[in-house]
Amino acid sequence: MKVLVAIKRVVDANVKVRVKADGTGVDLTNAKMAINPFCEIAVEEAIRLKEAGTADEVIAVSIGPQSAQEQIRTALALGSDRGILVQTEDQVEPLAVAKVLKAIVEKEGIDLVILGKQSIDTDNNQVGQMLAALCNMPQGTFACKAEIKDGKIEVTREIDGGEQTVQLSLPAVVTTDLRLNEPRYASLPNIMKAKKKPIDTMTAADLGVDMASKLKTLSVAPPAERSAGVIVESVEELVNKLKTEAKVI
Amino acid sequence: MSILVIAEHDNASLKGATLSTITAAQAIGGDIEVLVAGAGCQAVADEAAKVTGVSKVLLADNAAYEHQLPEAVAPLIAELGKNYSHVLAPATTTGKNVMPRAAALLDVAQISDITQVESADTFVRPIYAGNAMATVQSEDAVKVITVRTTAFDEAGAEGSAAIEACDFVAEQSIASFVSEQLSKSERPELISASIVISGGRGMQNGENFALLEKVADKLGAAIGASRAAVDAGFVPNDMQVGQTGKIVAPDLYVAVGISGAIQHLAGMKDSKVIVAINKDEEAPIFQVADYGLVADLFKVMPELEAAL
Repeated sequence: MKVLVAIKRVVDANVKVRVKADGTGVDLTNAKMAINPFCEIAVEEAIRLKEAGTADEVIAVSIGPQSAQEQIRTALALGSDRGILVQTEDQVEPLAVAKVLKAIVEKEGIDLVILGKQSIDTDNNQVGQMLAALCNMPQGTFACKAEIKDGKIEVTREIDGGEQTVQLSLPAVVTTDLRLNEPRYASLPNIMKAKKKPIDTMTAADLGVDMASKLKTLSVAPPAERSAGVIVESVEELVNKLKTEAKVI
Repeated sequence: MSILVIAEHDNASLKGATLSTITAAQAIGGDIEVLVAGAGCQAVADEAAKVTGVSKVLLADNAAYEHQLPEAVAPLIAELGKNYSHVLAPATTTGKNVMPRAAALLDVAQISDITQVESADTFVRPIYAGNAMATVQSEDAVKVITVRTTAFDEAGAEGSAAIEACDFVAEQSIASFVSEQLSKSERPELISASIVISGGRGMQNGENFALLEKVADKLGAAIGASRAAVDAGFVPNDMQVGQTGKIVAPDLYVAVGISGAIQHLAGMKDSKVIVAINKDEEAPIFQVADYGLVADLFKVMPELEAAL
């Protein structure tokens, strides 16, 4: 079985970003970048399938700038076999990402695609579902458990009311939620080995995909700030303020 | 303009999330129709027909739609959706699952989690865990949108729309429903409760959440949790409040033993009044709290229960 993992280079989860003064976006100058946390979980899941003998090959793909090679290298250090970088300097919308991934799925003959459910920068939560639609594959989104049996994959999903389990035929798309697994750290020998693993670089045009989008970002603004509150000294004072000042209880 | 709103329901009753989505549709303006896709869901359609502002309800009542599998529902939404200028659904796990699939079938973008309608083609949505608000404009013929329900009030029940049956079914055999484990709770739903009490890592274990439950009982509150508390196995995942969990905006949010990571704040900082109880006075949660109490929660929660 051939597994494709899609990863995204994003700002580190611990960085609090600030909006640029000119309102064109957020300021990421010198910000620490990393693999999107949900994508890291996707990589881990794919590697576990390989270790279990279910997957023969794990390919890590990223769509982004030249520097996204760093995140592909991390995925290789964690155990992926090879990487693909679809290079672009533009902000790419989810539908275009899904179209690029579809082209790779077809070119490589992929049986299972694992992606993060959401990237922590644009917070869209769309690519996996769109890819599944374009490939006419079933989708197991927000997965907290995934098990391959009898040529199918059973996915337990985190939903608003609890959990739902679905059975999907392969090829399929799975998107990860936080509780699917706990990603490992790359060991030093594996980081060294990863430097020798191949990364193919190409463009969307090479894959015959038009990445134009009809969605434009007009401006980016900071959110409304909350004004600082007060520290109360006791439960009695707290209850009193909630009753008489805030009037919420 | 004509807007199709996808109803969120459990085949028995219409969820409040749909009412907020209808309010967002009203802000766009135009004819509002509601699609109720499910199995044995006539009662849901009857309820949807009474919502203020709805001109027609489409009822797709078929076993194929019972569990809202996107492989079945997305083709239905795409088939109907091409005749509308906008297709809206609440940004719940059901909406997030099916809508991007429908958008891709329509070959259009999806605009996720809108918090404001600027005009019929321009919307505001949070990015970077709500640390920035993007204003986006769509030139797509059909605008597929999910709505952050806490940002819109629920529509009223003064309508009387006609219900029309829709018998379109896209047969599919690639996905099937196996089972569902739903949390049973007598408490109000987390996303629509007017008071929410959440616990974090400071709760130390699942049993200690009983301290929150006792206070919640007195206030009629829902109970939430931080990611740390869910990851540690104290409570189930459907209680997680945050960037990638549930987004809440109650009148009162009480954060107990929660430090206040960016990702948690993203899920609750639009609450009207925020109370933080934490023994660490440096905890970032105090920066967004209206009322902070620096104290040991194990001492304070029983006191709070007694004081209410």
